[in-house]
Amino acid sequence: MDITINLTDGVPIYRQIINQVKYLVASGLLQPGEELPPIRTLALQLKVTPNTIVKAYGDLENAGVVHKRRGSGTFVSEERPQLAIRERRRVIGQRIDALLAEAHQLSFDADDILRMVRERQAAMGEATAEPTRKEKK
Amino acid sequence: MVETVVDVHDLSRSFGGKTALDGVSFRATAGHVHGLMGANGAGKTTLLKHLLGLLRATTGSVRVFGVDPVRDPVGVLARTGYLSEERELPEWMSVDELMRYSQAFHPGWDASYARELLDTFALDPAKKIKELSKGMRAQAGLIAAVAHRPELLILDEPSSGLDAVVRRDILDAIVRTVADDGRTVIFSSHLLDEVERMSDHVTLIHQGRVALSGVLDDVRGAYRRSRLRFLDPFDRPPVIDTALAIEGSGRSWSVIHSGSLDQFRHSVSARGGEIVETRDATLEEIFLARAGRSRSQMEAA
Repeated sequence: MDITINLTDGVPIYRQIINQVKYLVASGLLQPGEELPPIRTLALQLKVTPNTIVKAYGDLENAGVVHKRRGSGTFVSEERPQLAIRERRRVIGQRIDALLAEAHQLSFDADDILRMVRERQAAMGEATAEPTRKEKK
Repeated sequence: MVETVVDVHDLSRSFGGKTALDGVSFRATAGHVHGLMGANGAGKTTLLKHLLGLLRATTGSVRVFGVDPVRDPVGVLARTGYLSEERELPEWMSVDELMRYSQAFHPGWDASYARELLDTFALDPAKKIKELSKGMRAQAGLIAAVAHRPELLILDEPSSGLDAVVRRDILDAIVRTVADDGRTVIFSSHLLDEVERMSDHVTLIHQGRVALSGVLDDVRGAYRRSRLRFLDPFDRPPVIDTALAIEGSGRSWSVIHSGSLDQFRHSVSARGGEIVETRDATLEEIFLARAGRSRSQMEAA
């Protein structure tokens, strides 16, 4: 599982793990029913205390993102659409905030940005068409 | 109910009139990793040596597994693994002899675990300790400390002077000790990223006293770093309630602070400023605020 820990921005490690697992689930990089790495494995990979993984998995379970199966492991929950929408909005929302802040610095307004987004989309053409269809199902 | 493995109460110790520890209380609970932070000479090693019965408490009490390690060193050391900062190892022995020597002291020695670690580290059992590089000595010392699967693992500056590969081996050993059967680790380190990654509980020792101690997430959550912007420039740092450290110039200042954010905001606006950005402080920022710059302020006060 592709998770990166960053110690410079003040976000607690267990929170970083939670956010990134949610992102992986929301983006489809972790599929419903897929197993998360065992606690020991992920702790060794990230070089963090195993109790941090326990805490992150526990919070993810409380949030309904994953569930534990007795005697086996931790799995991505099947019922994901509701969370996924909220999470996808949150992730994109952050990008939009950053984009708008930068646009403001460079003296573009929101209409300029919308027009430029459409131009870029047209230029990318087929590349974006497929994921768009997928999202609609 | 979490079991207490180490209980130090009001421990003081001085060497030749110089105070090394001054009223230190410290508790380590089972199944957790306890990180000890502090500058060189702050008292970390002195505290750890008391846990092993290598030093006797001048005042205060030390209990490990409920017993006094000075009165019952065998009872404590049989259940404890220790890697000292100086890695004192018998120089004349070969690696293999060191393994057998350590095994003789520990009935619970797990020979296959020792073998696995020797292979992982690619240590030559025939090599003499005195011929080993710094990193290899640390690896050999680490095997001797963990292969009897101690209930309590004490590592004093385990990463000191080591390259990234051997540091990773040490961190792996900590993770395994805790993950495999909920045993307990106490380690000291001046590498704060290591402390932040590996610790469930942190204790900051500063000039022989406990400056800070608690569950890492609670400690982290109690401090914030805020960027401030003021209407008028300041020649010297503006005085703000609950601020522990402040740096910057003119109209822009960065502050590490604790306590209520509302109270802080109020104090900032009373000085004609506003909070531009605020977030949880990093462990390094907390460390510097509590054991770095604050020292000169304390001495000036």
